[in-house]
Amino acid sequence: MDMRLRWASFRPKSIRALGGDFAFHLLVGIVAFSAFILVWVLVAQMVYGAYPSMKALGFRFLTDTSWDAGKGLFTVIPLVVGTLTTSGIALLLGVPISVGIAIYLSELSPAWIREPLSFVIELLAAVPSVIYGLWGIYFLAPVLSHNVDPILVSLLGWTNLFQGTAGGFSKLTAGVILAIMIIPTVASISKEAMMAVPNSQREAALSLGATRYQTTRIGVLTYARSGIFGAAILGLGRAVGETMAVAMTIGNSPKISWNLLDPGTTMASMIANNWGEDIGDPFKLSVLLEIAVVLFVVALLINVFARLVIGKAMKPVQSGGAGL
Amino acid sequence: MSLEIRTYKRRKLVNLLASAAALSCVVVALIPLASILVEVIVKGYGALSWGFISNPIIPGGGIGNAILGTLQLAFYASLIGLPVGILTGIYVSEFGDNGFGRTIRFFNDVFANFPSIVIGLLAYSLFITYFGFSILLGAIALAMIMIPVVANTTEEALRMVPNSLREASLALGVPRWKTVLKVMITNGKSGMVTGALLAIARITGETAPILVTARYSYYWALSPSDPTASLPVAIWFNALDQSATAQQQAWGAALVLIILVLSFNIVVRLLTRRNRFNNNNRMVKKSWLRKSKQSA
Repeated sequence: MDMRLRWASFRPKSIRALGGDFAFHLLVGIVAFSAFILVWVLVAQMVYGAYPSMKALGFRFLTDTSWDAGKGLFTVIPLVVGTLTTSGIALLLGVPISVGIAIYLSELSPAWIREPLSFVIELLAAVPSVIYGLWGIYFLAPVLSHNVDPILVSLLGWTNLFQGTAGGFSKLTAGVILAIMIIPTVASISKEAMMAVPNSQREAALSLGATRYQTTRIGVLTYARSGIFGAAILGLGRAVGETMAVAMTIGNSPKISWNLLDPGTTMASMIANNWGEDIGDPFKLSVLLEIAVVLFVVALLINVFARLVIGKAMKPVQSGGAGL
Repeated sequence: MSLEIRTYKRRKLVNLLASAAALSCVVVALIPLASILVEVIVKGYGALSWGFISNPIIPGGGIGNAILGTLQLAFYASLIGLPVGILTGIYVSEFGDNGFGRTIRFFNDVFANFPSIVIGLLAYSLFITYFGFSILLGAIALAMIMIPVVANTTEEALRMVPNSLREASLALGVPRWKTVLKVMITNGKSGMVTGALLAIARITGETAPILVTARYSYYWALSPSDPTASLPVAIWFNALDQSATAQQQAWGAALVLIILVLSFNIVVRLLTRRNRFNNNNRMVKKSWLRKSKQSA
């Protein structure tokens, strides 16, 4: 922005001052640079660690559909499918609820409750993921398997998505927990996008006789939709990389199935679950590292995309705000 | 009834239903939070005792070494992560108006939300040869999680400092580096402290990156090069164990961990509340300045 202007008027008067500036600039520059470079060195190192597995498995790792550790069959496909399934459930359940929360906080709530309520919602993000997992094992999984799953089976059994009576450790349970976990992220960014909508939008709709609901739908949601979209993508990024809560509730079976009540596994939970036994075996370790490489690429794509969308969505809003 | 009245009533009804739906979304989100807190407090409370907190996992069936491990990991991670994060934030905010600065800023945003298990494995893949499974390795992984978060909050805090202060300092002939250290940091301090505390709170609850780096141990960790138990990993290893002691350990550790993390968050909240007020005042002043400049 105005950064170049900030220092424009500055002219060093003495060599000492210049030396201090040079040293300080060099120090912060080197730290920032080396932290940045280190990440990519580590990425290269991780790819190197995954190399034995890449060499032995080749493209089969990306195309095979059945995982059988006993026969030496390793493939990332069932893990990717499981990751997409659980993240899909999380988005389907979590995004509408988050948008509802954002609407309530930015459009409807009285001013005094907005701050404390936002804080309480954000506490959901502060709860460690392993505690979600513990709660999932002893509370959510039994509740779902006794009270919710039978209803889903009888109502929606014909879709093949809900069948049988698994013990509650399923893709559905993991997806529900992920939905809860992405709510604070998606809600707070959506709320920001909605609060950045200029008031003239609301005033215009209200002056035409629109109700609060119509104002929100026409004036606010249309304006903030790309911000909300970015928030959802960011939520997807969180759901894809979430490890412990999923590893504890998904049941860990690398089999592809349509049935959401079957156990499954994700890339992250496969790594966490096998880290104990498999690191003694160099080949299995490199398989786990190759899964991590795939997860890295997926997460990088999602997060870069989300940042680009959000950056674009917030920019015109900011310049619009300055004009008011 | 005329048509207008009927559509008016319908619109009012829809409005009411939509508002109720939005409010119920909030309630739906609060139920799991309440349920988690109740479960952890009820089941964890029974486990807590002095022996439980002070004994290592074996012998004695406590979680003492896990508590100490979590504190040690947070300490060493902050030792590495806070300075690097703060200096990176200063670079981006004060010297970063170039391609490289913008690149770093973009990747800070990207890595601030990155899957923590991947970051743990990145740290593992290079540093395992030097440190083995140890507190140090875990601290490096956690520091890597902290750096983008701290850099972002530092940058934001420095951006909040009004430009007029910087200009005033430079006008007095204070060199740039001294301006940053004495003027910018002094004024942005509270925001930076908040960001640092939030980052520490976040790494305290991280599980996956510790699992792949600091591993687990039944005994006290005697030096930073030993593997250690930590509260999150203790929960993970005991959660699915059928024995009563193990489950008690899991719930007790969960209670201690949640108290630690939530109290951190609440303290940060109380701090930011005061800041926001100050910052708002500053912003008002700033925009007033800008306007007077424009009119002049």
